Order: sequence, then structure tokens, then C-alpha cells
Amino acid sequence: MALTGVEIFKLLPKTNCKKCGHPTCLAFAMKLAQRQASLDACPDVSEEAKKILGEASAPPIRPITIGVGDKAVKMGEETVLFRHEKKFVNPCVFAVEINDSMSDEEINKMVDDVLSSEIDRVGQKLRIDAIFVNNVSNDAGRFESVVMAIASKAPAVPLIIATNNPDAAMVAVKAVADKKPLLYGANESNVEAMANIAKTYKTSLGVTAKGLDALSILTEKIKGLGVDDIVVDHGARSAKEILEANTYIRRAAIKKNFKALGYPVINFAQRDDRVLESLVATLGVTKYASIVVLGSIEKWKNLALFTLRQNIYTDPQVPMQVEQKIYKIGEPTPESPLTITTNFSLTYFIVSGEIENSKVPCRLAVMDCEGLSVLTAWAAGKFTASKIAQFIQESGIENEIKHRELIIPGYVAILSGAIEDKLPGWKVIVGPREANGIPAFLRSKVSQ
Amino acid sequence: MAFAAPKETYSGKVFEVVIGTDKAVAFGGENVLPFHSFEGNVPHRPVIAYEIQDIPPDDWPETVKKVYGSVSGDPVTWAKYCQDTLNAKAIALRLLSTHPDRENRSPEDAAKTVKDVLSAINIPLIILGSNHVEKDSSVLVAVSEAAKDKNCVIGKAQEGNYKTIAAAAMANNHKLIAMSELDINLSKQLNILITQMGFDKEKLITDPMCSALGYGLEYTYSVMERIRLAALTQNDATMQPPMLADVGMYVWKIKETQASEAELPAWGSLEERGITWEAVTAASLLMSGAELLIMRHPDAVKAVEKFIDELM
Ligand code: B12
Ligand code: SF4
Repeated sequence: MALTGVEIFKLLPKTNCKKCGHPTCLAFAMKLAQRQASLDACPDVSEEAKKILGEASAPPIRPITIGVGDKAVKMGEETVLFRHEKKFVNPCVFAVEINDSMSDEEINKMVDDVLSSEIDRVGQKLRIDAIFVNNVSNDAGRFESVVMAIASKAPAVPLIIATNNPDAAMVAVKAVADKKPLLYGANESNVEAMANIAKTYKTSLGVTAKGLDALSILTEKIKGLGVDDIVVDHGARSAKEILEANTYIRRAAIKKNFKALGYPVINFAQRDDRVLESLVATLGVTKYASIVVLGSIEKWKNLALFTLRQNIYTDPQVPMQVEQKIYKIGEPTPESPLTITTNFSLTYFIVSGEIENSKVPCRLAVMDCEGLSVLTAWAAGKFTASKIAQFIQESGIENEIKHRELIIPGYVAILSGAIEDKLPGWKVIVGPREANGIPAFLRSKVSQ
Repeated sequence: MAFAAPKETYSGKVFEVVIGTDKAVAFGGENVLPFHSFEGNVPHRPVIAYEIQDIPPDDWPETVKKVYGSVSGDPVTWAKYCQDTLNAKAIALRLLSTHPDRENRSPEDAAKTVKDVLSAINIPLIILGSNHVEKDSSVLVAVSEAAKDKNCVIGKAQEGNYKTIAAAAMANNHKLIAMSELDINLSKQLNILITQMGFDKEKLITDPMCSALGYGLEYTYSVMERIRLAALTQNDATMQPPMLADVGMYVWKIKETQASEAELPAWGSLEERGITWEAVTAASLLMSGAELLIMRHPDAVKAVEKFIDELM
């Protein structure tokens, strides 16, 4: 449970020496309680106070990172149950299962699919984040060689080493220890050996148990064995049980500050029916999974799941937006068309994508409307004739282009007369309503 | 540390709504968040209605248009196909042809279509206008009368036309969809206005407005979640009608359900992409609180039904 300012104050040296930059220990304590200061600023705080305060101020769900470098993924640190309260923090990781009894050919193909899974959507690069290598063969030698083969083919992709056999775990983790994999498969019967491997090679440890009571006993035990970075699997596999267990874990962590389950959760969504698998993954994304393991990664499924994750993890207060300016698409000349839209990321990326498709060099004026879409901005009075006129005049575009024609989105055709009134000398042309009409429209326009 | 399951109990409950006559279905009635049967009562599964139109679906993309190729020329055949071949539990008939920019068919024409469809099916019917505020107020009045006592769902009543539509639904014993635009306060206000006319609050269905995955889904998702929390935690009766997600019409107009794989190889198979897009949109709105869904593609419906099976 988070401590109050007064409770924190009791643990400070109470000398009011000001070395922390605050006039009194009490003032500093208040800032700490609001998480606006860091305990390090006080040089005189006791070791014991550090320990108590450190635990109390730790986030309710422990941050865990797997992998190294650019493609490392961070999980945990969530602070709320519902996304409208506050932004969800670390988007859940999508991992695909590769099992070591598959043929080398099949394995190669799947790794290729992971490597080519990256998609650009609304300015973000989205991909299958990790590979879950499952020791189905139960053969340590085979497992080690598969893990090594995957690691050399996909050196940057974070790995989850999945086995409950400590001998297999030992050789596989040892082979890729420098990549900070997650070792998954600790359970009641192997916990000492698995914790020992995780500790020796400094990896995080995935633990599974049937039931949340048994699970919390195991995480405490693992912590006692010296491993702090834990990922939990509650063992539920049907949608109903997953929802129940994920909800209880998230609530216990956030509302009760129950440390023994304050860890990222891994869910398994694999189903023979691939569309159904997408829906079980949807449950994971919306309801509290930090890792969702998939059985296959068809491009169509990835696109839907990446998009869902992006939607659920956007900031509910601030829409995703792009900078206000006049973007050049292709290599426009002073004669090239000038189009205008709002600065909502989604709008910008859709429209600029379609202009690119048209192969007609073009300027796209993007106006700051606080990240609202065209119609929303219009309805909210932010994309109005006078604001558009002012933006065009102040942009300096009149010095860059020879013509005086402005193409506006079809949905705001109603603005055309008023813009012409406010922008003397300009002609307003109404474009198509939907962006997918832009290529044909621009092509016919320049061929005139 | 011993683990004690942090169960929640709520003071409020979603109204239970029954629609149809012969093969009536019920939805709503739960006193917990969606599918939280581990801490309360979830008496009914959500209901999925198949969407049909009174004119052929020219502007639906091929993936979903072709499924109905041989039946969509006539709403009666189409409705029977959904009921008998697809085992639909309910049908949503959209009277698109009444829109002034389309065929501008009259309220009388629409009433006839509704009568014909009703006499061909025994599952519940949801009757939707063309979403033209003025025209809907005459069309939906005529069809409410034509469907008198059939316990249909009439929609959608909006701020600009709710009075006439709610009065007609009330006089002819129907349920009513109240739609507002992605804002919890607007939604609450519209429900209040409608009940102030004497309309029974337990016969309402709230439509907070749908949006497709990738195109504003997160707004619908969060508005639904907030409405549901208000219903349960504050026992706010104006927020307790079950919620509608009108999924199909938003999903099947976006690029992801239309662009070919040849054009965008990175997006994969168009067929499965479209179906999955509709199913994922529906599934995420189920997680945030929808109890009544309107969908188009049978494979998407089947996948969502399987998902519900797993959740119940
Ligand atoms: C999500 C959403 C919101 C979100 C905001 C999201 C955002 N960041 O903008 C929220 C919930 C905040 C919101 C609020 C409101 N909204 Co709103 N909202 C929507 C919704 C569902 C989707 C909008 C969206 O994201 N579209 C996707 C983007 C990409 O579309 P777009 O920017 O228009 O771009 C397309 C085209 O315009 C075209 N295009 C864009 N630029 C250009 C440029 C050129 C040159 C060309 C040729 C084409 C082109 O290409 C794009 C793709 O085809 C729409 C309904 C719908 N399904 O469309 C209603 C909608 C836009 N909202 C509406 C309204 C009325 C409002 C509110 C006033 C109501 C309210 N609830 O208070 C408020 C106003 C905001 C405020 N006061 O702050 C109305 C607008 C009515 C109208 N016809 O004017 C709509 C249409 C709903 C409706 N009635 O059906 N909204
Ligand atoms: S540095 Fe430490 S002891 Fe000095 S005033 Fe700040 S909190 Fe108190």
C-alpha cells in the first residue's frame, strides 16, 4: 500500500538539512508521497528506511524486460483496471509458439514469419515481439540446438525458453543467456532448480501453478530464492477461466497491493480455429495479459491484433497526433496540388498513404485540431473556414506555390464557400469523401 | 501471503430485455461486469443478430456480399436464409432504401417490407431506419405500427427524432434503441428524455455508437465500459439498459476489409482479414459491455458465438 507523506516523514532523518533541495524533511516526504521526488535525493536516509520506502513505492506490478537492444520488450507497471482512468502503460507482448519437435524446415519458416511480421501503422512499427520456444520433445539436446538455431537466425528477437525440465532449461538458457530471455516453466516440483538457473544466468522466471493461492506461494518462494523478475501463469486456458484469473490478479495487485501476484501475466491463446484464437487473444489484450502466446501468426491475424493493442493502449486523454505543418509527398513542384486535413494521426496516415498511392506529387497541409478527425474537428469548431484561412495565410505556402487552389476533404464540402470568402484569390476544390477515392481524384486532376 | 480472491459485488444490475414472440430471446440481466460469472449472476449470453437490408447490398465488399449473393435480392428470402440456414437467433433489417439520397422509398413501402419479413420468420426482428434523422421519424413510426405487438426492437431514436419514434414504439409494444454519439453524458441524457415521455426504462437499449477496430474502437470501448460501471457501481437506472454494438456497418466500410492482398501483401488474405476484423471488433465490445450485436459475416458470427461459449 502506498505510504502517506506523514508515514514517510517518520522514516526520514528529520534534520531539515535541505540537502535534498527541499526546505524540510516533511516537505520532501510530501513530494515523495506524490511520486514527484526520488528518495536518492536525501543522502542521509538509513538503509532500513530505504528498504521500507523502496518496497512501498515500487509499482504495484513489477516492470520486467525481456530481450536486449532495440527490440527488448518491457511489461508490467500497470496502475489501473480500466483504460479510461489512465493510459495502460506497457503494451502486451505477442509471442508465437515454436515447438522443438517440429521439423527444422517448419521452424525456419516460422522464424522467417516472425522476422517479416513488422507492419507500420499510424506511425508505429508493430511486430510479433517474441518467440516462445517450447520443449515439447523433452530432449535437452534437441531443445538446445533449436534455441541456438532460432537465436542465430533472429538474434534481436526476445526469447521465451519454455520447459519444465531443469536439465533442458540449463543448457538452453546458458546458450542464450546474453539475450536476457524469459525462462518459463517453474512449478511446484522443480522450483528450486529453475530458480537457481534463473539466478545464475540473470534471466526472469515464468512460473505456473493451478490456482492463485498456490501461485502466490510459489512466487514468494522464488523471491526467497533470490529471483525478483517473475512472470506468472495462472494455468487457466479457457476464455472464462482466463478472464477470472487475469481479473483477480490485476485487482489484487492494483487495489490491494498484493505483492505476491504483482507481476506480468502470461496467457495462452492457441486454438486450432485461427479466428477463435484471435478472439481469445483479444480477451488477453483487453483484460490484463502482458504476454499473449499465439499458435500461428498469419498476416491478417497480426494486423487485427496489432491494431487492437494499439487502440487499447492509446492515451484516453490525448489522441495520437502529428505536427502541424505542410508535408511534401513525392517531390512537389510549385504547380503541384495542395490538400488539407487535420492532425489526428489516423487521419494523417490514411490520407498521406493514399496520396502516395496516387503517385501524384502533392502538398498536404496538416492543421492542428488537437488530434481530432476531420468530422469531429469540424463538429467541435476546430476545423472551420476562418481557422483554415488563417492557417493557410500564416503558413507561408503562398510563396511556395504558383496556383491558388486548395483541395478539402469531401465530408466538409459545406465549408468551401466560406473558405473562399476568407481567402481572397483562392479557389476551393472539394475532394472525395473517403480517402480511398484520392488516387483516382488526384490523377484525373493533374491530367486535366 | 495467503491469497484472498478480491471479488466485487455491485449495487446495480443491467435490465433484462426480452425480444420477439415465438422464438423470443433475452439478454442483459447481469449484476457484474461482462462475463464475470465468478462473482455474480450472468443469466443470459449476448445475442447476435444478422444484418439484412431492404435493397441489395451493393456497397458491401465482396467478401461479405458474395455470402448472400443468391438471397440478398429480396429481404424475405434473405431473412429466411439467415433463420433457416445460418440458424440466426435474431435479424436486424436495415431500411436503407428509405434514405432520401438512396431510393427514397416511402414509409408505407417500408411498412410492407417489414410485414412481409415478419410473416416469414419466427425469430425476433430488429428494425432499423436509414439513419436519416427526419426520414427515420416517419419511417419508424409506420413500421412500428406495421409490426404491432410483435415485440420488435425499433431503432434508432436520436436526439433529433426520439419523440415520435419513442411514442410509436411505446404505442405498439416494442423495445427501442436510443443512440447518441460516443459520450456517456449524451447517452444518459437521451435515456432520461425518453423515459420522461413515459417510456419504460426497462424497454430501452443503449447504443453509445459503434466504431470499427482501428477507427475509433477505443472510444466506443471506453464509453461502454464507463456506462456499465455507472450502472453497476452507482446503481444508476438511466445507465442500466443493455447495450448495442452495431458492428457490421462500421467494419465493412473500412480499407482493411476491402483492400486486396495483391495491393497490400503485408496485410495477408483479404477474406480472413475481413472476417477477423469484424469478429475482433465484436469480441472487444463484448468485453466492454455489449449484450446485443449486429453483424454481417456468418463466419465472424460463428467465431464470436464460439468465443461466447468459452466465456459462459
Ligand atoms: C471517434 C470519434 C470521436 C472521438 C474523437 C476522435 C478523434 N481523435 O477525432 C470523440 C469521442 C472525442 C468524438 C467527439 C465528438 N464527436 Co465524434 N466521432 C468519432 C467517429 C466515431 C470516428 C471519427 C474517426 O476517427 N474517423 C476516422 C478518420 C480517419 O476520419 P477522417 O478524419 O474524417 O478522415 C477520413 C475522410 O474525411 C477523408 N479525408 C481526411 N482528410 C482528407 C483530406 C482530403 C483532401 C480528402 C480528399 C479526404 C480526406 O479520409 C479519411 C478516411 O477516409 C465519428 C463517426 C464515424 N464513424 O466516422 C464521429 C463523428 C465524427 N463525431 C461527431 C460528433 C458530432 C462529435 C461531437 C461534437 C459530439 C459529442 N459527442 O460531443 C464531439 C466533438 C469533439 C469535441 N467537442 O471535442 C459526428 C460529426 C457529425 C457531422 N456530420 O458533422 C460524427 C460523424 C458522428 C455521427 N454523427 O455520426 N468523436
Ligand atoms: S536531505 Fe534528507 S535529511 Fe536533509 S532535509 Fe532532505 S530529507 Fe531531510
